[in-house]
Amino acid sequence: MTEDRLLVNIKNLSKLFPVEAGVFRRAKAFVHAVSNLNLQIHYGESVGLVGESGCGKTTTGKLVTRLIDPTEGSIELNTSHGVVDIASLKGKTLKEFRRTVQMIFQDPYESLNPRLTIYDTVVEPLDVQGIGTIREREERVSHLLEIVGLTPASSFLFRYPHELSGGQRQRVAIARALVVNPQFVVADEPTSMLDVSVRTGVMHLMQDLAERFDVTYLYITHDLAVARYMCNRIAVMYLGKLVELAETEELLHHPLHPYARALLSAVPVPDPTYKRKRVEIKGGITKPINPPPRCRFYERCPIADNYCYRNDHPPLEDKGGGHMVACYKV
Amino acid sequence: MTDNVLEVRNLTMHYRTRKGPVFAVDDVSFSLARGESLGLVGESGCGKTSVAISLLKLLPDNAEIIGGEILLNGTNLVPLSEAEMNKFRWRRISMVFQAAMNALNPVYTVEEQILEAMQYHMPHLDDAEMHQRVDELFELVGLDPAFKNQYPHQYSGGMRQRAVIAMALSCEPDIIIADEPTTALDVIVQDQLLKRIREIQKQLNMAMIYISHDVAVIAEVSERVGVMYAGQMAEMASTEAIFHRPIHPYTIGLMSAFPSIVGEKTELVTLPGEPPDLLDPPPGCRFHPRCPYATSICMKEVPEFKDYGGGHYVACWHPGGEG
Repeated sequence: MTEDRLLVNIKNLSKLFPVEAGVFRRAKAFVHAVSNLNLQIHYGESVGLVGESGCGKTTTGKLVTRLIDPTEGSIELNTSHGVVDIASLKGKTLKEFRRTVQMIFQDPYESLNPRLTIYDTVVEPLDVQGIGTIREREERVSHLLEIVGLTPASSFLFRYPHELSGGQRQRVAIARALVVNPQFVVADEPTSMLDVSVRTGVMHLMQDLAERFDVTYLYITHDLAVARYMCNRIAVMYLGKLVELAETEELLHHPLHPYARALLSAVPVPDPTYKRKRVEIKGGITKPINPPPRCRFYERCPIADNYCYRNDHPPLEDKGGGHMVACYKV
Repeated sequence: MTDNVLEVRNLTMHYRTRKGPVFAVDDVSFSLARGESLGLVGESGCGKTSVAISLLKLLPDNAEIIGGEILLNGTNLVPLSEAEMNKFRWRRISMVFQAAMNALNPVYTVEEQILEAMQYHMPHLDDAEMHQRVDELFELVGLDPAFKNQYPHQYSGGMRQRAVIAMALSCEPDIIIADEPTTALDVIVQDQLLKRIREIQKQLNMAMIYISHDVAVIAEVSERVGVMYAGQMAEMASTEAIFHRPIHPYTIGLMSAFPSIVGEKTELVTLPGEPPDLLDPPPGCRFHPRCPYATSICMKEVPEFKDYGGGHYVACWHPGGEG
């Protein structure tokens, strides 16, 4: 259930990566990976961030978890100690913040250290944060392994990642993220490497844990069908910009932005009798290197006109009932 | 049947490893009609790619076909030597690989690479005809022939995949095997490519085996579907039957575990457990440890892959979950 209390408030967030050139590696241009992004995430909800590769969704996830520093903007986190700006945290407060916000990565083959046992992997955040005695840590790790479905925990504690299957590894990664009792978890494609018959189990696990531990998710994915099951609201990104944001079913049934419409119409349907209506758009996605100020989707848009060409990228506006769209023509 | 371009009978292939043989393809039989589009679906490690490389006999050193027949227009490919196989590869049966960048040679232009296959297999064409054919192939797959003298790195992911398809089509094969050709692509590019692949397949009336782990993609491209599990064919039927009237408990589970963005939001079903280790597969039916309907016979004896009417083949002791 979503409450209306704000947990995370992202304001005008931007991240520019320099494209370096020349002998002295001067920045010649910038990739506008995330550009002026605004997004509010409430307690207990799960917000999906969807888009194609290179749209800036992973960069956004890394900014929110402060794995990288933003170029501009602020990310306000509402904790029990008041509001803090994630973007300006340093030293001790930054370390404390890591207790509140955790991340689950896409590839469980890459994200687990092959030389650490499962126990060492899951206990590490507790060691770093100095939480509990050694005895308490051991209990907490065993308890969490059982919760994520690695039972009996004793048979997993001293195994290494290579002894586990992909689905089991991702369960270890989830246990590691939740061991410090975070309020907010950024999950970056946590199921995209998993096979269908294993994936559903991990999706259900993440939903159960959200209710059990009051976790709020930012769920990053390219798969809209998975997002439908995991998210209360979905935000669609295109070249660093948020172009549409709505309740999940509203977005899937009534997409308004021309990009979101094209994206949804391109998703294959597992029913041979279903006939999709395609909304075709031109070309493929490009990199936003020093993009012109106009709408990022202008070049590929089927309904763009002179007004779109002459004006800046449209602001994200509420078109009714919290359905936000960034388009002049809708 | 005489109109089958390909008949695979009891194909068995294993990989030798230090821990023992891995039976990646175990007693697999199916046929492919001229101009038909067959989808092979299954999870990683189920043997779908191993079937594909067995058909072309593009096997790594530790792999060996140890039984069965592959009849291509009546010729059994299994006993053929490398030199004899080369007459069939590209010309009669060709393949599109998943990683297009690895399938293209970075130091030759795309046109040079397409010409290479044609010079070997189609010596009756002269130079001008071959260049003309490259242009036609480019247009067929939706690439501008102006790009043909560029190198693979100058292409985007979608363009490369189109170039690889053009190459696979260059020698007018009877069968094209497409192994996850769109998996690395974004959804909009994937959609454009799937549409084009279907059009080409119909237009050229070419038989196609389309391999994917993605149930939704399979639903869109195939007329008939084979569902593989742990090196074996679990079920094979028309696409419509596989999706609307699946019989094998694994297929039923797979279909109800797959999310969709259209229609009612139904509860996704979780299959317990994980696919088996093929070094030490379970005895009897390989699906029995995960199967909700398994009984004692399933643990002892391998079910026969047989027709339950109208070409709906299933290997199960309790088809449809019945006793």
